[in-house]
Amino acid sequence: MVRSYEEINDKIRKGKAVVLTAEQVSEMAKTMSPKEILKKVDVVTTGTFGAMCSSGAILNFGHAQPAIRMERIEINGVPVSGGLAAVDTFVGATDCNPANPKYGGANIIEDLINGKELILEAWGKGTDCYPRKHIKTTISLDTINEAILSNPRNAYQNYNVATNTTDKIKYTYMGTLLPNMKNASYSTSGELSPLLNDPECRTIGLGTRIFLCGTQGYVTWNGTQFNTSKPVNEFGVPIGNTRTIAVAGEMREMNTRYLRAAYYKRYGVSLFVGIGVPIPILDEDMAARVSIRNCQITTNVQDYGHNYDHLGTVTYEQLQSGQIEIGGKKIHTAPMASLARAREIANILKQWIEAGQFELTAPVRPMPTNRSLKGLEEKIF
Amino acid sequence: MVKKIVISFPGESAGRSLTYELVKDFDIKVNILKADMELSRGGKLVVELDAEPEQIERAIAYMEQSGVEVSSVGSKIRHNSELCIDCGACTSSCLAGALSIQAPDWKLKFDPDKCVVCKLCLGSCPLGLFEIEFT
Repeated sequence: MVRSYEEINDKIRKGKAVVLTAEQVSEMAKTMSPKEILKKVDVVTTGTFGAMCSSGAILNFGHAQPAIRMERIEINGVPVSGGLAAVDTFVGATDCNPANPKYGGANIIEDLINGKELILEAWGKGTDCYPRKHIKTTISLDTINEAILSNPRNAYQNYNVATNTTDKIKYTYMGTLLPNMKNASYSTSGELSPLLNDPECRTIGLGTRIFLCGTQGYVTWNGTQFNTSKPVNEFGVPIGNTRTIAVAGEMREMNTRYLRAAYYKRYGVSLFVGIGVPIPILDEDMAARVSIRNCQITTNVQDYGHNYDHLGTVTYEQLQSGQIEIGGKKIHTAPMASLARAREIANILKQWIEAGQFELTAPVRPMPTNRSLKGLEEKIF
Repeated sequence: MVKKIVISFPGESAGRSLTYELVKDFDIKVNILKADMELSRGGKLVVELDAEPEQIERAIAYMEQSGVEVSSVGSKIRHNSELCIDCGACTSSCLAGALSIQAPDWKLKFDPDKCVVCKLCLGSCPLGLFEIEFT
């Protein structure tokens, strides 16, 4: 038996699609075969709500009279890109003014979505067609043109577990890592995580409609650092951080319940992004993929205190138990991404599909199949 | 009863085995929650004293007469749960177990009774939702 996107969407339009969250289907898989799951389930919804630094917003301010070619731009004192024509900018989530490292691009994005007015200041050299050299004004989502969340790398498929073997506390993007492996942190929603339910991206590609920060957004490309070359475990799950997605969506429709600015001590600003991807159960293979359980998903434990040294491999079942064992030592574990809110996202997406408000899309362009990751070589001049 | 106190040692008292005296002479179960001490400059000890109220009272009177300062724990941690996203990052550094997040609901739980005011959560929360409150 196989099932097409058209059949699924037809059922969605008729309000007859059977939609489960990835956790529900993983529970079901304890007693049912992929063949039975395929018969019963049309769509499985996933969710994640974690800090995703490679995020940002494309804004267009509109032209002032007289016009300015904005070459240096600050929003609320945070320098943002002045390299996009006259009045466009890209606000990177991690943009910041080093003098005030706790307020950055992520905060600008959150404040805009919350309807706040922000101070825009820009400078240009003055040209014949853009004579103005300076402007200081306020902006909000009501006053500007486009406001598009545009994230180059989100929803990492699997991620490392971080711990610290040194005798000093380490402040990282994986949280506060106490000395001598007193704790370890992990950052995906395990069996609920989008790209772990379609590990080869058979159904996720350019144009895939998704839940993005409270609204319907889209996958716009493969994410940066897309990597297909890591080892795969016996259940078909890549071990360690591998595939990623680039996404975009309309900021005016977003809700800061599913998008939040964050600050990691001595690291900097980041952005919590809420993403839910629907997985169509097209065939037995997809039914088997979405059946994956936390005890079958493995990841690497790495030493963030020393060169990312590999220390061991654990499952998400072990991580979620609150304790893992590495080299005979019991280590307290903590999540960095919100599983509670990831569940909320998977449930909202489920409701949208059940209510006929959200149809599934086949990828317009598939994800790359043969990608490895290059490092950066330093050259001496 | 269990009483949580801060014992402040001036420099000259830092070498004393005070906790040993509390155990031996007053029969008090002493649980050291936090120690920040250097021989030359003294420091602070946050301890829980577990015994009958009269024993604790006698022990505190003894300590106050013998050159260390005893005060009740004068600060507590406040958490803004309304803005919390239940990410769990704060639980990684809470070795006292006051902050926990686990199955089935994966919502953050804060048990102020277990908090030893180590303040690591202040820097661990990516949303800055912990504050120290002095009482």
